[in-house]
Amino acid sequence: MSGQTFAQKALARASGRDTCAVGEILDVEPDVVLSHDNTAAIRRIWEEFGQERVKHPGRMAVTLDHAVPAPSAVHAQNHREIREFVGEQGIVHFFEAGRGICHQVLSEEVVVRPGQVILGADSHTPHFGWLGAFGAGIGRSEVAALWAQGQLWLKVPATMRIHLNGTMPEGVTAKDFALRIIGDMGADGGLYRSIEFTGDTIHAMTLDSRMVLPNMMAEFGAKNAVICPDEPVLTWCLERLAMRQGIEAGSSAWADLADVLRKGCLYPDADCELEAELRYAAEDLEPYIARPHSVDDVVPLSELGQVNVDAAFIGTCTNGRLEDMSAAANILSDRRLAPGLSLVIIPASSQVLEACIELGYAETFARAGAMLGVPGCGPCMGNHFGVPAPGETVISSANRNFRGRMGTPSAGIYLSSPAVVAASAVAGRIVDPRELD
Amino acid sequence: MACTDRRFTGRIWKYGDNVNTDIIFPGKYTYTLKAPEEIAAHALEDLDPGFAANVQPGDLVVAGRNWGCGSSREQAVSCLVLAGVRAVIARSFSRIWYRNALNNGLLALECPAFVDLAVAGDTATVMLDEARIAASNGRTATFQPLSDDVLRILDAGGLIPYIKQQMAV
Repeated sequence: MSGQTFAQKALARASGRDTCAVGEILDVEPDVVLSHDNTAAIRRIWEEFGQERVKHPGRMAVTLDHAVPAPSAVHAQNHREIREFVGEQGIVHFFEAGRGICHQVLSEEVVVRPGQVILGADSHTPHFGWLGAFGAGIGRSEVAALWAQGQLWLKVPATMRIHLNGTMPEGVTAKDFALRIIGDMGADGGLYRSIEFTGDTIHAMTLDSRMVLPNMMAEFGAKNAVICPDEPVLTWCLERLAMRQGIEAGSSAWADLADVLRKGCLYPDADCELEAELRYAAEDLEPYIARPHSVDDVVPLSELGQVNVDAAFIGTCTNGRLEDMSAAANILSDRRLAPGLSLVIIPASSQVLEACIELGYAETFARAGAMLGVPGCGPCMGNHFGVPAPGETVISSANRNFRGRMGTPSAGIYLSSPAVVAASAVAGRIVDPRELD
Repeated sequence: MACTDRRFTGRIWKYGDNVNTDIIFPGKYTYTLKAPEEIAAHALEDLDPGFAANVQPGDLVVAGRNWGCGSSREQAVSCLVLAGVRAVIARSFSRIWYRNALNNGLLALECPAFVDLAVAGDTATVMLDEARIAASNGRTATFQPLSDDVLRILDAGGLIPYIKQQMAV
């Protein structure tokens, strides 16, 4: 028998087994079950079971992020019902409106650890692969079922491994790599699959950059995506968990925690079965753009031609981290937005926002004429905060450009890295930041 | 809604590849619309504005690759169920949409051969026991028979009623 992939190991562990086969259906007990503004709707489904208490409140994580602050009385009522529910059920991992986007917040708080399984009522749950966890998106009914029973059936996916080696050219980001993959293989190129990222370029990336890759694999059709945890990931987890638990660096409790984290890590066996492999050389990559209305309509920025933009957006679970804010601030420093253009910048979390204030980015953004928003999903799925007018063209650092995604079916959304968004907001047309005067 | 009816005929609505959840059910409604008739009224709003007003109970939606890609929102399934759609037949499905379909008792069949021959506005008959779909022009296509796991959930009418049955045992 050949060795096991990451997905096989993670799902076998979460179903109390030593090994499992690709294609097998397992009853998986996830370590964490995520829901957000949809928690009140899930509660209404869960109530059909007639239970008074959810089975594992300690495994639940709930954030308010999709429409914060509430843009209407209906949204406000929704938040209120969620607060009541988490209070009733004693859910510890509850993160209030303003704390940030679920995937960023749960990463900062290390609610999910390397080797664990998280299932979430959010399609970008593959995000948690950045720290070596198995994350997959599920539906609301399935989350209700998990609240009631603690387990859910999952099919063990086949694995596609994507290699990236070499040095990325200046101005090329993880987002560009993700767009390139999706452009090459199509929006269903990774359908039903587990994606394993590997290669020296991946492990040389900052953690902020790494988070982009598993996150964007939701747009590739993937079930989950993973980067094997290395020292920087373990340090991230250890420092944050230790701080929360009041553990001093270098103490024996610190060493114990480090040991627990390390033992949780899962790595694919050398002889595991791969369904497909893709190999990229970092030197061959360049900035890419996804054109409306499909994430796989990707062209190199150099071949895009003239595209004037009306509105720009930097943020989301894909590209709203400090590194993204820093890229935007570098470009916007001592510059002004193009006349008539609006730029919305939304940090992915309150920690990112705090750092933006501390480092002076907030001031840079305000001086440039940008609008700085409350941590959350913002206009990504058209709820509020920067919804485009009919017929407008938007450049965005988000993950989706489907027709109507930002609330306006006749608006066209282009996707790129945050630096390209910022530069385009200055130029009034989509440009490579390296071309700005 | 349950799959107990093993043979049924419906009229075909036909769409292309990568039909995503935002054009099946726009994200801007996901936290505000709750009433079934409201949810049904916005089905496929940004893809085919004539769909919601003209769809008949028992109709079939036929599509290309990666139907339902994008968000995990379950309304992208329930809006079709509430609009009366009997089954969605596609070349392939996005995995979360497929799970949501099954979990809401909506039959989702992967059948590329039928997608090739399906004509919008014509009728077709789905025969579950024979794993075959016959178009009104006489041409037929076969699909992979549904697994027992899938059938158990569909027969119960979806995941929630299925679990309720299990909890009652």
